[in-house]
Amino acid sequence: MLANYIKIAWKVLLRHPFYTFITLFGISLTLTVLMVLTSFLDHLFGSHYPETSRYRSLYIQQMIQRDSARTSRNGGPMSFKFLTQYAKSLKTPERVSISTFYSTSNAYVGSRRIKLNTKFTDADFWQVTDFEFLEGKPYNEQTIAGGDHVAVITDDFKRQYFDNLEESAVGKDIEIENLHYKVIGVVKGSPVTRIFTYADVYFPYTAPKSNYQRTGFRGDYVAILLAKNKQDVPVIRTEFQDRINRIPMPAVSDGFKFDILEVPSEPYVENFIGMILDGGAGLRMLFFSLIAFILFMLLGLPAINLVNVNVSRIWERASEIGIRKAFGAPVRTLVWQFIVENVFITFIGGAIALILSFIIIKLINASGWIAYADLTINLSVFLVSVLVCLVFGLLSGVLPALRMSKLSIAEALKS
Amino acid sequence: MITLKNIEKVYRTTRIETLALTNINLSIAPGEFISIMGPSGCGKSTLLNLMGLLDEPSAGQVQIGGEVVTQYRDRELARLRNRKIGFIFQSFHLINDLSVIDNVEIPLLYRKGDAVGASRREMAREALEKVGLSNRMKHFPGQLSGGQKQRVAIARAIVGRPDIILADEPTGNLDSAMGNEIMNILQQLNAGGATIVMVTHDETMAKQTHRLIRLFDGALVGDSVLARTDD
Repeated sequence: MLANYIKIAWKVLLRHPFYTFITLFGISLTLTVLMVLTSFLDHLFGSHYPETSRYRSLYIQQMIQRDSARTSRNGGPMSFKFLTQYAKSLKTPERVSISTFYSTSNAYVGSRRIKLNTKFTDADFWQVTDFEFLEGKPYNEQTIAGGDHVAVITDDFKRQYFDNLEESAVGKDIEIENLHYKVIGVVKGSPVTRIFTYADVYFPYTAPKSNYQRTGFRGDYVAILLAKNKQDVPVIRTEFQDRINRIPMPAVSDGFKFDILEVPSEPYVENFIGMILDGGAGLRMLFFSLIAFILFMLLGLPAINLVNVNVSRIWERASEIGIRKAFGAPVRTLVWQFIVENVFITFIGGAIALILSFIIIKLINASGWIAYADLTINLSVFLVSVLVCLVFGLLSGVLPALRMSKLSIAEALKS
Repeated sequence: MITLKNIEKVYRTTRIETLALTNINLSIAPGEFISIMGPSGCGKSTLLNLMGLLDEPSAGQVQIGGEVVTQYRDRELARLRNRKIGFIFQSFHLINDLSVIDNVEIPLLYRKGDAVGASRREMAREALEKVGLSNRMKHFPGQLSGGQKQRVAIARAIVGRPDIILADEPTGNLDSAMGNEIMNILQQLNAGGATIVMVTHDETMAKQTHRLIRLFDGALVGDSVLARTDD
């Protein structure tokens, strides 16, 4: 039965090449955009280099302080001391890393200015992440305690800063913002979209201008809590929350008196969405409206278009519908047939889209549009794509199939 | 085998009502070969559609094999059509995208249990052998003559071994030689036990059946038993 349906679907495709071209063009284009988008979302939120342990990590990105009347709000990253006291000392995590977000700096090679991003980290940063050291090694507790002026740089920065790329950069001197540092390691860079790990140059937190000794709650630091396994993640969240709840309130920090303190430790996706949702009702509405609009444009509009094409194609097959019904096909079976045919066509479009997506992703990765972009079509992207194909096929196939099912046999045979 | 009681069929649009059939009472016994004649638009095809459960009467009762089907739902009607009735149409209604054997297999696709896979193929092959087209199984309808197409349609009608065959002007699109060929096949099927109801405009063809029903303006105006010339 299924083979019969697919045979028919294939023949229908071959019957009108122009119609088929329009249909497949629409499906492939839509699915290509969705697959590239899925790949990009996977790139943003998945566990990828150098954050390969994201699936068992929690992120502490900001604290929010509020007064009891909730009229004032103060929010942002935390001080190194705060995170050391409340996060670093947690019992359950395997490791806790404290670092800043990246900030911009300048370096000069002769008269040429290199714009770069720097980050201050602790030694555990190199343990919770999975950076590939191309040369040298990371700084350790001893280096940090000694206050050594050392740096780990990325391969891209090495290319920009040093003339001789064949020679090792380890042990060489770099000058950033008039301060000299000795390169102790070269890593393969992290994409700019991974804000917890991205930078061009990494300094120990004891390096100048890190503000790690700042007192008070607020500062420039964030933390990554690495659990031993996925099951420990909720335990760590609870443990951290207990610590935060024990901070006596009201408290004063940087002259701001607050009664409510929120410091969420969240998985990466939750943390990312939390940033948007915390922006107030207006921003939240805008975010969800935008998502609804994008989904409608990407999935709804082409599906409606395909519905119209399918309806006109179904009328062409009125005689076939009449015959099948006359010889005993129940309405439900025919609806199923048209849905199967439509899903089959969608999957052909999906296969074309997969090839197109693969090419586009290669182009994006090679373009340098996102530094160190590593978009891929991995298993999860592929499975999501298959699911999208299925939903799209059902969405565009059900309505024509239902309209067809209302066709009377006698009328269908007259056509 | 088929009983129609007080059948009326009215086609309604928003503006007009057309009475297609009125007060039809008819009983067809198993093994009969009946022809229905009448001028164009008199309701012959409508009557055949009602017998074949392809359409519903506006009033009256249809019985097939003793079952009153008037209140049957889509699934039950589909099952009954599939098991008991085979159709032959003037314009063949073959699916051009399917090969001859795939076309013939169609009724078996919707039959559960006894017709699966290889046995389905075998039944379709046998039906094509009966109509002398076993050498055209892999062909497509577009590659066949009118007579061959109608023979494929007959094979499709008989593949499920139905008790009743309803033929709507089966020779209407064929020349007389081809028409006679088709008529011979129908007579053979009838001799094999099938009940056949055939709509025709051709008096010669009608005379080869056992009983002739005449319709005029939607009413049954004649029902005569014919002298059997074929035996």
